[in-house]
Amino acid sequence: MRGLVFDIAHLLAGSLVLISFVMLYQDRLYALLNVFAVHALVLAMSVTWQAYVQNAPHLYVTAAIALIFKALIIPVGLHRIIRQLGIHRDIETAVGIGPTMLAGMGLVALSLMLMLRVTAEADPLAREDIAFALSIVLLGLLMMVTRRNAVSQVVGFMSLENGLILAATAAKGMPLVVEISVAFSVLIAFIVIGVFLFRIRERFDSVDDSALDDYRGERQ
Amino acid sequence: MMSALAALLFCVAALLALAVLAVALSRTKLATPLVYGATLLIATTIAIIAAMALTGGATAPTGLTLPLGLPWIGARFRLDALAAFFLVVIGLGAAITSLYALGYGRHETSPHRVLPFLPAFIAGMSLVVLADDAFSFLISWEFMSLASWALVMAHHHDADNTRAGYIYLVMASFGTLALLLAFGLISGPEGNYTFDAIRAAPHSPTSMALTLALMLIGAGSKAGLAPLHVWLPLAHPAAPSHVSALMSGIMTKVAVYGFVRVVFDLLGPAQWWMSAPVLLLGGLTAVLGILHALMETDLKRVLAYSTIENIGVVFVSLGLALAFQANGIGWAAALAFTAALFHVLNHSLFKSLLFFGAGAVLTATGERDMERLGGLIHAMPRTSLTFLVGCVAISALPPFNGFVSEWLMFQTILQSPNLPQWGLKILVPAIGGLLALAAALAAACFVRAFGITFLGRPRSVAAQTAREVDRFMIAAMVVLALLCLGAGIVPGLVIDAISPAARMVLHAVMPEQASVPWLSIIPISEGRSSYNGLLVFAFIALSASLSAYVIHRVASRALRRGPAWGCGFAATGAATQYSASGFAQPIRRVFGPMVLRARIRVKMPPPGDTAPARFDLELHDRVWNALYEPIAGAIGAATESLNQLQFLTIRRYLSLVFMSLIALLLVLALWS
Repeated sequence: MRGLVFDIAHLLAGSLVLISFVMLYQDRLYALLNVFAVHALVLAMSVTWQAYVQNAPHLYVTAAIALIFKALIIPVGLHRIIRQLGIHRDIETAVGIGPTMLAGMGLVALSLMLMLRVTAEADPLAREDIAFALSIVLLGLLMMVTRRNAVSQVVGFMSLENGLILAATAAKGMPLVVEISVAFSVLIAFIVIGVFLFRIRERFDSVDDSALDDYRGERQ
Repeated sequence: MMSALAALLFCVAALLALAVLAVALSRTKLATPLVYGATLLIATTIAIIAAMALTGGATAPTGLTLPLGLPWIGARFRLDALAAFFLVVIGLGAAITSLYALGYGRHETSPHRVLPFLPAFIAGMSLVVLADDAFSFLISWEFMSLASWALVMAHHHDADNTRAGYIYLVMASFGTLALLLAFGLISGPEGNYTFDAIRAAPHSPTSMALTLALMLIGAGSKAGLAPLHVWLPLAHPAAPSHVSALMSGIMTKVAVYGFVRVVFDLLGPAQWWMSAPVLLLGGLTAVLGILHALMETDLKRVLAYSTIENIGVVFVSLGLALAFQANGIGWAAALAFTAALFHVLNHSLFKSLLFFGAGAVLTATGERDMERLGGLIHAMPRTSLTFLVGCVAISALPPFNGFVSEWLMFQTILQSPNLPQWGLKILVPAIGGLLALAAALAAACFVRAFGITFLGRPRSVAAQTAREVDRFMIAAMVVLALLCLGAGIVPGLVIDAISPAARMVLHAVMPEQASVPWLSIIPISEGRSSYNGLLVFAFIALSASLSAYVIHRVASRALRRGPAWGCGFAATGAATQYSASGFAQPIRRVFGPMVLRARIRVKMPPPGDTAPARFDLELHDRVWNALYEPIAGAIGAATESLNQLQFLTIRRYLSLVFMSLIALLLVLALWS
């Protein structure tokens, strides 16, 4: 049983990292959103598995939140925004896909090297999960840095949050309050950034943030 | 019966309340006499209580904890012999300053910028001396700095004053930063901020060396130790004259107190190598300060530069005390330490006196530039006489007090063969040579300051029409002149008053002087050397009266006034007199190219041309050029390039955060 528990948790966390890579690879916004929904779905599965393994029923709530908000509401909402803005055909990477993927691999290597060494004493399950969670956080950050479009930066930010939730659930005994607040912070960020997108759109007719730079008299 | 410490803290509280009151009152006419009168009263009380604590038997130090400051230690205060001595200096100086200000303050154009800060400044200085934990020490120190900064900025419409205030503020913050680090270092990782805990804790040689360096920077910058002296000749003269006297005469002494408290008292047993940097810096400061003073023509800046010299002298004495103490030669250490504290007292007396004199000249003529003064001895006889006393005392001539302290210090330097380390054996006489040079230059400097300002003929209308100043200012100067004379005639009293402080810090004292007959002082032992100020005074007074009597008796008694001899030239206007820069020219020839980077341009018109010849003199402070300008330039360039960070794109900001995160993680990965 012990081996199976570990393997499944490992599989789910590893799939999250893999899906992060898939997100890095997407240069179309619709595809990106679909992948993000999958990302959130796998997160929900992973959290459910943790809830089952740790026998912690409150984690089911977290899983539900992840599933409902991140896998359904937010992707659907962003789909609508993209449709309204009419930017679904944009190709919007600032750095080429190849270098980004290489950088992502470097980041995963870095976080594994770091976390496995730092948490040598910890429970092996939590240890693997935290190492993967750090990779996901770093990949999310990398995505925010390498994208020019505000929508994909939002997606990067939310995948980063997914990494945080993975880390939080892997550590036993984290109270539910924190998870709800994390979920709400994501939701609030989504609303704020959504409003922000419309404002940019109204003013500049584009969500490419280089328009913002033009407005400030800067060169890219 | 309240303890002395509680009474002193009460006085400080009264000063702070007075500062608040002064804010409310400052625009009324009554404010000036009221505030200065009250300050006079409170400062006198402080001086008396401290003097009683110092001389009234060597009682154990008393402590008091107020429920302020850091919650787990409170604000601790303590009155011991060292603090009491410095409180006497502060109280005395502040009291006489207030007396002077009763007259001087009436000419103040913006009293609301001076009145609230003066009591606060005095309160801050007293609190620094009384503090018994690092936290209250630093708070009081910073309070003192800020109050004095506000006083420097009193006449802020003058662009030079604003610049002086800016440089002062930067240097003061830098100094406090160094002190903060020093206390952090000696408090140890557990954060034992009380002085008792610091005293008890052992200190490693590395932390001692670092603390010494930080104290030399922190306290040294406030005191005016080279190369951190540059703010002092700018800021001290910028303040109103009585504040200049307080800053130069008293605040630099508070800095000396900080150094003594940490290096002698808190750090524990001295190491011999600690004395070398103190000696070297002190010697260099003395020579550099007095050379600059000699070149300066602004009277108040002359005095400010001379303060730097005297601080150098004090630090050399302290360095000697460290050297002897580390080698277990207690009597010589006590001698050097006594000389240092004696000079602290002396300098506070005569530098206040001289600044008061400069303030009187400023009030009477509106001039600070010596090149536009002259002949004031006729218009201001009392001011001239007291200023002369100050000049003689600061030039270390007997029978005044300056001689005694410098004599004691040279007595210590003569003991250097007793030191076991060869380095010190060679260094100490060399420093003695530097100090001898500084002493001679100081005499030249004050001959020049007095001669050009008060003797000769007026060089401007302002100097011609000067009138004597009012009785408060005269009274303050006379009191100081008498104190200078008194401390010079009966130095034994002062030495005995210092010995409790020496005993507390060094566990060694000079021989008791009260028992020596005829008011002589004997620094080491009867057979070695002794000095009798009274005898010298009596001899000078007798021989001077005798020769005056003989001259008036034997020669003609008629008073004749004739035209001055113009060396055979036809034009004998006031401008043909020796000028201040002309007087300094021989010394500028010697030291100018090397130390001061003097640049002289003489422009002679061709024969037949009626244009005037021009003589331009440029002096540069080498320290300023070599040390401060590169630093200021580097900081400017760094901020200029960092400024671009204000205008990045959102994505670049994100990348910046991302990159720094990755860099930190990499460091962690490679190190752990």
